[in-house]
Amino acid sequence: MNLIETLRVALTALSTNRLRALLTTLGIVIGIASVVSLTSLGGGVQNYVLSQFESLGLDILTVSSTRARGSSAIQPLNTADVEALTALGEAANIKAVAAVYSVQGTGVMGDSSVSVSVQGVTPNYGTVNDWKPLTGSFITQAQVNESARVAILGSTTVEDLFGDASYNPVGETILINGQVFTIVGTMEERTSTLGTTNETILVPISTAQTRLDNVHIAGKGYRVSQILVQVNDADTVDAVTDQVEGYFLRAHGIANINNADFSVTSATTALEALEQVIGVLTIFLSGIAAISLIVGGVGVMNIMLVSVSERTREIGLRKALGAQGSDILGQFLIESILLSLLGGFIGIVLSWLILQIAGQFLEDLVLSITASSALIATAVSSVIGILSGLYPASRAARMNPIQALRFE
Amino acid sequence: MTEHNSNTVIELKDITKTYTMGEMSLQVLKGVSVEIKAGEFVAIMGPSGSGKSTLMNILGMLDQPTSGEYFLDGVEVARMDQRQLARIRNRKIGFVFQNFNLLKRTSAMRQVELPLVYGGGKDRSKKAKAALEAVGLGHRLDHLPSELSGGQQQRVAIARALVNEPSMILADEPTGNLDSSSGKEIMQIFQRLNREEGITTIIVTHDPWIARHTGRVIMVRDGNIIADRLVADPLDATTAERPSEAEELEELFKEAYNRTDGVPAAFEKAEAPDTLEAEPASGD
Ligand SMILES: Nc1ncnc2c1ncn2[C@@H]1O[C@H](COP(=O)(O)OP(=O)(O)O)[C@@H](O)[C@H]1O
Ligand SMILES: [Mg+2]
Repeated sequence: MNLIETLRVALTALSTNRLRALLTTLGIVIGIASVVSLTSLGGGVQNYVLSQFESLGLDILTVSSTRARGSSAIQPLNTADVEALTALGEAANIKAVAAVYSVQGTGVMGDSSVSVSVQGVTPNYGTVNDWKPLTGSFITQAQVNESARVAILGSTTVEDLFGDASYNPVGETILINGQVFTIVGTMEERTSTLGTTNETILVPISTAQTRLDNVHIAGKGYRVSQILVQVNDADTVDAVTDQVEGYFLRAHGIANINNADFSVTSATTALEALEQVIGVLTIFLSGIAAISLIVGGVGVMNIMLVSVSERTREIGLRKALGAQGSDILGQFLIESILLSLLGGFIGIVLSWLILQIAGQFLEDLVLSITASSALIATAVSSVIGILSGLYPASRAARMNPIQALRFE
Repeated sequence: MTEHNSNTVIELKDITKTYTMGEMSLQVLKGVSVEIKAGEFVAIMGPSGSGKSTLMNILGMLDQPTSGEYFLDGVEVARMDQRQLARIRNRKIGFVFQNFNLLKRTSAMRQVELPLVYGGGKDRSKKAKAALEAVGLGHRLDHLPSELSGGQQQRVAIARALVNEPSMILADEPTGNLDSSSGKEIMQIFQRLNREEGITTIIVTHDPWIARHTGRVIMVRDGNIIADRLVADPLDATTAERPSEAEELEELFKEAYNRTDGVPAAFEKAEAPDTLEAEPASGD
């Protein structure tokens, strides 16, 4: 018998017992649907965690001073460094360089006072951190140029000073370390705070360096606390890190990075730790998926074994009428392949539906079926279905026709 | 009878069959030797359990003997491989079972097409239709087994057996599950196939009246052939009338009621003798 003939026999056999075919398919459907939707949910959670992390600024390098090993002298970061890094620019995949000089300060507003970190910042500090003013406007270059006594309040500080976070204090004056500053804006509240805080007062960097402190360094402008380097693309973080480190090693005359008196860190460093956690999570989810695949597989196996044993008499009759052993095997092989494919298809559609419904409740997750999980699930359950269908079929095909016909 | 018909199709030499179940072993055929010529119509008779079905299954190559030789058309069956056996079952032999063995939920046409599917022939539906018409079921092509009477189901099975134009038909108690008029229809078909197509036909039956329609009766008892005779004057199934059931019952009742007390033995313990006493009176 040729393939088309066998296919026709298998289709006829399937269509004459739709209920049995349906039950077999159901086992495969459940196995595949559970595996695919579980792994997709896992993948969605994983991507969500990663994307949350990326929004914290995967594209930002933070340069700060550290105590060098075996050396007491720290060469502080300064204006010249900021300018040098800025000069590297686009060619070095650097999008922007922002600088901060922070001092501890006391802000007084009538009867209320707060003790906060007063951060002198460059005008691009807001955009680099993706942090926008809620009212008023951010520090401008003009204000930096004239070391203006202007201040922007973080949302917590607004609340601490005025008792109401939604109060708009723009135009009012505030005493910072005894000096009168005009409030020119308030910052929106940051939910994910890495390197920024809502409990702060922002002033022009030059104001912090010259009016609230005096940190002039001969020939190098002023001291800065931190330099933020924003890269063009998160993928270039490592390359830019190397360049920035190279610059400081040269500028500070240090040969070995292990002796550096500065550090260049990025969220990538933290991300690596997170990825380990996610790796464990993935193994855990794969374990669950594997278990459900086994459960589904056992279901398929049971139904196949039962349905083929039940059909031993049919096999006996077909042999009595002249079917070759290979005809019988071909028929059952094609039957189980068809059922497995059908089950795989329905299972994937079902898991798509499950994910759609889950997506309604978990709005933050992007849930999509991964091709690999669909493929693996279909392949595994098909193999299980085919093997467990073929085993009893080949046993029956080897029997005497009369033995098979007498089978109870 | 032409000289072609004198050819031997089946030759059994000292066939035995032993079933082993664990420690137990049961010899069901104890050395059967027989020759059957082309075109013969043979009835195998014998008590239940005497080994008739076992013998038929061996003849139909559905089972293998434990020892002995079986030549079909001069070729020893034991030398054939599985593929050849399957081909012969498909092409040369039409097997009819006592319990029909039809596929469930499958139309008459598809049942009859099955041997053609495995034989690889062309014009399947045409041949299947012709075979069903030959057994008088041309108007039941699309019916499922559950929509057919026992006699009709057996006729579907016969159509299936003859669709590949086999040279022999083996039927194991084909009328065993049927009422007598269905049985008569089946016998008409077998006689016609045997006479008109020259198909060698072997049937197993318990019923002496059925056996009288064949040309030769082989009696089996305890795994041995104890008699092998030609039928002197075979009945013709189209005309022969079995003694009617009414006549047979009348004989039975006459015997029962002729007992001295006038009450049938089976009714002796009945609780309402009044009504029972009235019955024989009105029956007489
Ligand atoms: N597959 C088998 N295994 C064991 N014993 C069997 C088997 N088939 C038949 N027998 C036994 O062989 C004997 C003959 O059976 P069978 O040929 O069916 O008799 P018949 O058809 O004459 O009634 C019976 O006693 C039966 O129980
Ligand atoms: Mg029998």
